Amino acid sequence: MKAGVITFPGSNCDDDVVDSLKRIGGFEVEKLWHKDTPNLDSFSLIVLPGGFSYGDYLRCGAMAARSPIMEKVIDFAHRGGFVLGICNGFQILCESGLLPGALVRNLNLNFICKDILVSVNDSDSPWTKMIEPHSHLRLPIAHGEGRYIIDEPGYEELVNNGQILFTYSENPNGSTHDIAGICNKTKNVFGLMPHPERATDLRSQDGMKIWNSLKSYLGCPS
Amino acid sequence: MSTKITDTSPSTLELAKLLGISGVEYQHVCQSLERVPNYAELSIFSAMFSEHCSYKSSKKFFKRFPTTGKRVLQGPGENAGILDIGLGWAVAFKMESHNHPSFIEPYQGAATGMGGILRDVFTMGARPIASMNALCFGTLDFERTSSIVKGVVKGIGDYGNCVGVPNIAGQTLFHSCYNRNPLVNAFTLGVVRSNEIYRGTAQGIGNAVVYLGAKTGRDGVHGATMASKEFSSEKELERPTVQVGDPFTEKLLLEATLEAMQKGLIVGIQDMGAAGLTSSSFEMAYRAKSGLEIDLDKIPTREPEMAAFELLLSESQERMLLVTQPEKVEALKGVFEKWDLHAEEIGKVVSGNRVKMLKGSQVVVDLPVELVTEPLMAERPSSPPVDLKQRWFLDRNRMLVAPLNAKFQSLMEELNFGNPEPLITQYDSMVGNRTVGGAQDDAGVIRVRDMGQDEVRLALKTDCNPRVSWLWPREGGRRAVAECAINLALKGAEPIGITDCLNFGSPENPEVMWQFSESIEGISESCEALKIPVISGNVSFYNDTDGKPIYPTPMIGMVGIIDDKLPLPKSNFYSTQLDLALIGPAEGGLGGSLMASSWFKRECGQPEETDLALLERMMKFLQRLRKKRISYGAHDISDGGLICSLLEMVFQSPHDCTGVELLVPSGVDLDRFLFGETIPRIVLAFDSVERGDIENLASQAGVAFTQLGQTNDSSQLVIRQGGAQILVSKIPDLKASWNQRWNKFFK
Amino acid sequence: MKARIHVFYRDGVFDPQGNTVEESLKRMGFSKVKHLRIGRVIDLEIDYPSKEEAKRDLNKMCEKLLANPVIESYKHEILDT
Repeated sequence: MKAGVITFPGSNCDDDVVDSLKRIGGFEVEKLWHKDTPNLDSFSLIVLPGGFSYGDYLRCGAMAARSPIMEKVIDFAHRGGFVLGICNGFQILCESGLLPGALVRNLNLNFICKDILVSVNDSDSPWTKMIEPHSHLRLPIAHGEGRYIIDEPGYEELVNNGQILFTYSENPNGSTHDIAGICNKTKNVFGLMPHPERATDLRSQDGMKIWNSLKSYLGCPS
Repeated sequence: MSTKITDTSPSTLELAKLLGISGVEYQHVCQSLERVPNYAELSIFSAMFSEHCSYKSSKKFFKRFPTTGKRVLQGPGENAGILDIGLGWAVAFKMESHNHPSFIEPYQGAATGMGGILRDVFTMGARPIASMNALCFGTLDFERTSSIVKGVVKGIGDYGNCVGVPNIAGQTLFHSCYNRNPLVNAFTLGVVRSNEIYRGTAQGIGNAVVYLGAKTGRDGVHGATMASKEFSSEKELERPTVQVGDPFTEKLLLEATLEAMQKGLIVGIQDMGAAGLTSSSFEMAYRAKSGLEIDLDKIPTREPEMAAFELLLSESQERMLLVTQPEKVEALKGVFEKWDLHAEEIGKVVSGNRVKMLKGSQVVVDLPVELVTEPLMAERPSSPPVDLKQRWFLDRNRMLVAPLNAKFQSLMEELNFGNPEPLITQYDSMVGNRTVGGAQDDAGVIRVRDMGQDEVRLALKTDCNPRVSWLWPREGGRRAVAECAINLALKGAEPIGITDCLNFGSPENPEVMWQFSESIEGISESCEALKIPVISGNVSFYNDTDGKPIYPTPMIGMVGIIDDKLPLPKSNFYSTQLDLALIGPAEGGLGGSLMASSWFKRECGQPEETDLALLERMMKFLQRLRKKRISYGAHDISDGGLICSLLEMVFQSPHDCTGVELLVPSGVDLDRFLFGETIPRIVLAFDSVERGDIENLASQAGVAFTQLGQTNDSSQLVIRQGGAQILVSKIPDLKASWNQRWNKFFK
Repeated sequence: MKARIHVFYRDGVFDPQGNTVEESLKRMGFSKVKHLRIGRVIDLEIDYPSKEEAKRDLNKMCEKLLANPVIESYKHEILDT
């Protein structure tokens, strides 16, 4: 199983994801560069990591979403490839149109870093299939612009399609309907604000449940 | 200043004095050069002779510091010090101040401070993996305090978070002496292979000098001289151009530099920090004993028509100077282009000892390196304050007659007794996936996961007690080191080295010089006793407002190594059924305590001397507890004494109902027992079955063990003396006000 | 009455955001972009008897809160409705 982790200028969780994927095991990990346009056919998973691509200037994720490799990622996603966006990666997915909605400044206007509880809304997805529905995961968040917003018809569509995978137990940033992470209609593209790669062995291991779900879905050796 | 002056205009003594150069210094320059320096050259002297760059008042005192040890790979004098941590790896770390800029523009001042310290670390070849911040702010009676706190915290957070370096520990304190002079001390630690360390030297005749990073503007011209001047209230209006930090470019610089180093494309490198191109070029030439020729026309600029002196003194951020072999320049540029950065060859290393700079094919600077980098040292008079005895007077009777509840309430309302959460949640404390513990803890703990299969754990801590330092500078220095050491020991770490950030008033004030030399003596005494070397440091003088110096603030940053992978000891009451004990003397000194300041509304009393021998024994005792795998929660006793320590342990408890029953041992002085702050004392919480073992280990180690009581589920603090309840307080109420105290800054 | 305030970094103060966006536009092929600076626009609805009085207060608002005079400059206009 090959996983690709993209480095955009200003990504700062790319190495964390690489390190975690190695700890988790089962993936052959390759780092990808935003200016390149590689053939992604051989990859099972593409990860857009957290960080501050282009310094969060203009709008979070806006410039990264327009970098050369994203055309390939969009094409890969449209053909059913698995794409995971964490934190800034989630922002890039929204900016690129792979996921609906947008992420804006936290309601309290401050950056927030702490462990929070998310509730697993839907176990019927490759990302959550090994997780008990309505159970809670302890995951770290670290973001200044993590308030997910979407209009009401858009929200209803998310609900109807089972796209809302995670909601906050205690909403830290004021997101619409406590949304913490969503996938696309076909459930192969997933974006979330919490950091599952920071919860594999230190302080909390709950991130493993997401990785294990995906690995199991992909038929990855554990 | 007259506009007619150009770079090559001959200087005069008047002009020199305007730029802060003394008559003696100017005469020394003219004699050595056998001519009058021109204006561009004078600007160089002005920056490099400033206190900030020259350390002319402080340098001679550093000889006192112990700087050697088996782990020391790089001692003081470089961009950062380096210690061996085994397995072929090392850590580089340093702490730096950005005090004056943070008062003028708190957000940018603190942000650019972060940028500077990060560059100091990664120019050594080390990847920054953890930061800490020690912040001293004024009190609420000063109207700007809230906005300074808010700006500084946001500045540190935005910069560090963006670059991706976790902020894992620190210290925040408030005192009116910092009203117009907040202290922002930033610490960064990086990891590097011990055989791939880079230094700031311009080695190799014929090698190319390369300018890297952001373009040069007029930012902070004469900034280094600003940092060496006192602030007066009128001068607050006279605002120089503030430097604006760009953490995004910093992140690119970090990655590009480390990549270029890995590819062997760099010989020497230095940050263009204070005094920008001037200090970096002269210092790199000085370390290599070589000369340089630099073409100033090749420097990428952001603004038109910049004069040589502006190019030389600009403090535009996120720029570096590096030296490489001529044949590697193209490959080097390739790496930087990959990261969208611009590199420009601006000169070469030459033989001899002169730095020559050209502008428009005219030589505008031609100076011998040593004349610039070896400034005349200043002889500063030093004397203790005449009122020391008065400061040491503590009106014990007035305290004794006061009811316990009144004293307790007074302490509970102290601004310094607050939950740091509103600050620290604004810093990413986990990026890098190395953070094992910290932020809310006695010390931050990270794993170095960069060494393949192996892993080393490090504990980090900053500390200083300005109240004690003002009353007795020597004890202040001693205690700053001792408190860091005990906090690291609580996390199971053995201290391996320190960096210091010495924040003081004007060195022209004899009392300040006395405070300075005494603090250094105290730091050295502790370091010698604990065998910890000083490997890097920074001095910030002229922290005065309207002629009044801040309290001496010798901030210490300490690093320790944890040689096991056992779970970290807790620092809270993790259960409602724990036995409590006090390790160390049952009583502590009230001199310089938070209680004394709170009660008398001024610092008073003679602080008790830290027992360094006892500290060593206590550290051994903690080590043995850990080796025996006895689980415990432990917290040191410092600001606010035993009572505040206990409360902090309750407040961090996972159970809302946690309460404490505290038994006052017979025969103790109640104030000294509850509020005294002698170092070292710790509170230990443990399961009652462990008690026999713990008592045995304490007696073997030669540290006193005093039974203190138990935790329970009453959500009350109850203090009993001889069977009678002498104080009862509801913990949820105490906790609510502790939680709220620092929240107000961010509303 | 409506007013609009523009806040920009003062001349000579580095604008990292503007700089990064400018470079991005150039990389996307907009090579004719020569210089770009990013600022803020603040729209206000106000009620003053005269434009002069409004402007006097707008200055004060900028000095005291809306702009950081250490690094930012501002200008304002009264929008005719």
